Amino acid sequence: MIGLEVHAQLTSLKSKLFCSCSADYRRLPPNTSVCPVCLGLPGSLPRLNGRALEEVLKIALALHSDPAHETVFYRKHYFYPDMAKNFQISQYDRGGGVTVAKGGWLDLTLGQFVKRVKIRRVQLEEDVAKIVYPSSLLSSEYVMVDYNRAGVALCEMVTEPDLSSPREARLFIEKYASILDHLGVTDTSLEGSLRVDANISIDGGERVELKNINSPKDVEKALNYEVQRQIMIVERGGKIEMQTRHWDELNRVTVAPRFKEEEEDYRYFPESDLPPIRIEQDFVESLRAALPELPDERAERFVRQYGLTPYQASVLVSQKRLADFFEDTVRRGLNAADSADWLMNEVLGDLADAKKELTDLFPLIDDVVRVVGLYEKQQITGKIAKRQLKQLIISGRPLEEVPTPVRDESVITSIVSEVIAENPRAYEKAKRDPKAMNYLVGQVMKKTRARADAKVIIDILKKKIAEDERP
Amino acid sequence: MEAFSIADKVRRGELSAQEVMGKYIDLISRWEPKIHAFLYVDEKGALERARQIDDLVKKGIDPGRLAGVPIAVKDNIAVKGMPLTCASKILSGYVSPYDATVVSKLRQAGSIIVGKTNLDEFAMGSSTEYSAFGPTRNPWDLERVPGGSSGGSGAAVASGEVPIALGSDTGGSVRCPASFTGVYGFKPTYGLVSRYGLVAFSNSIEVIGGFSTTAKDMELLFSVIRNSDAPDPMDQTSVFSGPTSFPGLRGMRVGLLKETVGEGAEPEVVKATYAFAEALREAGALVDEVSIPDLSLALPAYYLLTSAEASSNLARYDGIRYGMPCPLDAKDWNEAYSKVRGEGFGPEVKRRIMMGSFALSSGYYDAYYLKAVAARSKIRQEMLKVLNDFQFLIGPTNPTTAPKLGERITDPLSMYLLDLDTVPVNLAGIPALSIPFGKSSSGMPIGVQLMSSPLRDDWVIKAAEELEAMGRVEMASKVATVE
Repeated sequence: MIGLEVHAQLTSLKSKLFCSCSADYRRLPPNTSVCPVCLGLPGSLPRLNGRALEEVLKIALALHSDPAHETVFYRKHYFYPDMAKNFQISQYDRGGGVTVAKGGWLDLTLGQFVKRVKIRRVQLEEDVAKIVYPSSLLSSEYVMVDYNRAGVALCEMVTEPDLSSPREARLFIEKYASILDHLGVTDTSLEGSLRVDANISIDGGERVELKNINSPKDVEKALNYEVQRQIMIVERGGKIEMQTRHWDELNRVTVAPRFKEEEEDYRYFPESDLPPIRIEQDFVESLRAALPELPDERAERFVRQYGLTPYQASVLVSQKRLADFFEDTVRRGLNAADSADWLMNEVLGDLADAKKELTDLFPLIDDVVRVVGLYEKQQITGKIAKRQLKQLIISGRPLEEVPTPVRDESVITSIVSEVIAENPRAYEKAKRDPKAMNYLVGQVMKKTRARADAKVIIDILKKKIAEDERP
Repeated sequence: MEAFSIADKVRRGELSAQEVMGKYIDLISRWEPKIHAFLYVDEKGALERARQIDDLVKKGIDPGRLAGVPIAVKDNIAVKGMPLTCASKILSGYVSPYDATVVSKLRQAGSIIVGKTNLDEFAMGSSTEYSAFGPTRNPWDLERVPGGSSGGSGAAVASGEVPIALGSDTGGSVRCPASFTGVYGFKPTYGLVSRYGLVAFSNSIEVIGGFSTTAKDMELLFSVIRNSDAPDPMDQTSVFSGPTSFPGLRGMRVGLLKETVGEGAEPEVVKATYAFAEALREAGALVDEVSIPDLSLALPAYYLLTSAEASSNLARYDGIRYGMPCPLDAKDWNEAYSKVRGEGFGPEVKRRIMMGSFALSSGYYDAYYLKAVAARSKIRQEMLKVLNDFQFLIGPTNPTTAPKLGERITDPLSMYLLDLDTVPVNLAGIPALSIPFGKSSSGMPIGVQLMSSPLRDDWVIKAAEELEAMGRVEMASKVATVE
């Protein structure tokens, strides 16, 4: 059983949750976007950034979560240098606490069927400072603290333990990230804008919490590691203890705390520096009415409007930028089915190989459209198209020219003759064994720089052999 | 000299702010070795500011309603560029980089911040003996405490070191020292004065208040610092409808809180309270006794709530960002925290943090914290109900006059009992003024309290002005003199 706590920074906000410091801290020198409030200096008081509530409500509505009529902030206490006050202003759903919203669900498409993952709560809280380790988590002798991030608005979303595999966990986070991007509340491509804690328990074992996971892919990796680790312990006759472990990104392992932890008591109690917030029904309804198109609706539209398969549509909308890119190519004249094929089968893989992001692709859209368009009109071969796209994505620079295909059969025939003359033995072999023909085809391709159609070459070769064999 | 007349004369150019400041600095240097009211005096800065005020007047610019008036600020309120210690070792070396909202308001009104006054560490105490930098002494009797926790501000005003001062009142921390030192001490409605810049001890309860030697000075000071503004999100001004202006004491219904003149109150204090009731009758008010039996819940509820909040508010002092430095040789964070906090906090602060942490722990939260919350709302409801029938409530400020140094510090419970009559006001969030009213046979001042409904702060001060005009208030400035 896996349950997730996903923290999303509300990157659409200009200022932090409780002060007017800039929330756009990523390019700033350490400890420069700070003030008495987010540094927790003696005497300072928080003041709520009202826009943050609005953004969290949008998330809640997108997850079919039920907004509270009145919500309160609670203090969560623990001593750690990433918290300037040694408590975090957060929310609580027990002991009289009411979070911004509770309940809800998110549907995951798993192959042929849809799995509904239940949401427990959606809440608002402040981000903590960033602890910078000069080397890895385990080997650092000292740490540095950057409070620029402290006080940035975070939405914490907690699921029920409904996920049954590390892969499902990854898919869930990807889908949630796409929702956030579609809502425009979080730019999930920003480093550290989406952070996950995962709770996992395998049959009969205690719950283990994995903290500090920074991407959907790492969630899957960390959980896979953890499943293996727990299985090994059980197989050796050991018992899984309740524990909090940290994901060490660098070494790709989960790490136990250095000292035995006591069970943490956060001593939650109401934050009386912030009054309870009433959430008016009218306000909620106006937000609901203004919600943008979300991934599920968009996928349905892709099926309807572009004739895509539900699977294609679900893959495309799993990342907002991918869906946007797809629609942009269609708007530029590409056939929707072709574009979907090429994006899903080639472009995504090329991006992964080149270790690039979808954002890097947008400046190249005209070239992508040109290459796929030429293929559509059968002016270039699939092979050329693939090669061109790969080159485009790796270099990141527009193509100078797309090589035009060699279509003139007499030109191809003369090249085939050339190749036969240069490779008499291979030609003899090909006469007896059609499979041996591939070598000759390859040689022709080489000479034409892959601009000829393999099928045409084979036809010409077969014709040649037939002519030579004729008595 | 009264703040009111200093400002009036400085504004008219009849008096030089530098001359005024020179005199007060002289008084401070004579009194300080005896009473230790200040933790920090900015002599140079104060004289420089006085010169600027004089320049403004010369140029025909009005420096404001408190032009040239020296003021002392309790050392748990942030003043930019001055140390902010809360009388705790854990904040040693910390200088505030910003002004509390009230301090900005004072500066804008032309007042001059002379320095920071002593207090019980983090405002926890009723005698100023819990200061990490040594106690303050009562100017009326150097063997006695000035009350607390704003004992430095009370003693500074009572001795005449400054005409007015700021304090903070969590459970009587302004009114207690005012009553023990024979000056006015005002605790406004919760939320009516911005808390931004007041170092939090018990944030849902405490307020910034003031000290003065006349009701008119209190009115002036309060008119400058009031109007909770943007940085205080717990602004309550919209919760209650605005009061009408004070029509005078004639015909007012006044309730004398029976519980406060019963067992535990010194006979001379009780006598003064009845004399106060008599003075009000002379002014035309109708005084009756009134009983709120649940007031007995106030003290335990108060200590639970304030300790719980303190355990949270004081969590930030860990030596990592400011104050006493964090040891570098600790083997982990917890050891570093324990070391800093173990050495940096005094015994009373530790006691309250431990009590508060316990009350908030899972398993005890319902039994302690939530019960205390329920008791607070019961007391609040009952007091507000009584205030529907009475425009004012009265009682003694403290059950006793100022005890001797060392008399109560060994027994925390006896120290807590000094707050018996002041804490209900804080739990209810209502305004209350401690008025100097007579002296005991041993010559120590006695204070009585005038309380009213939320936002009737002006009524409380105006009523005192009326009594003062009748000659029924014994003004402290007449008696406390340098020996």
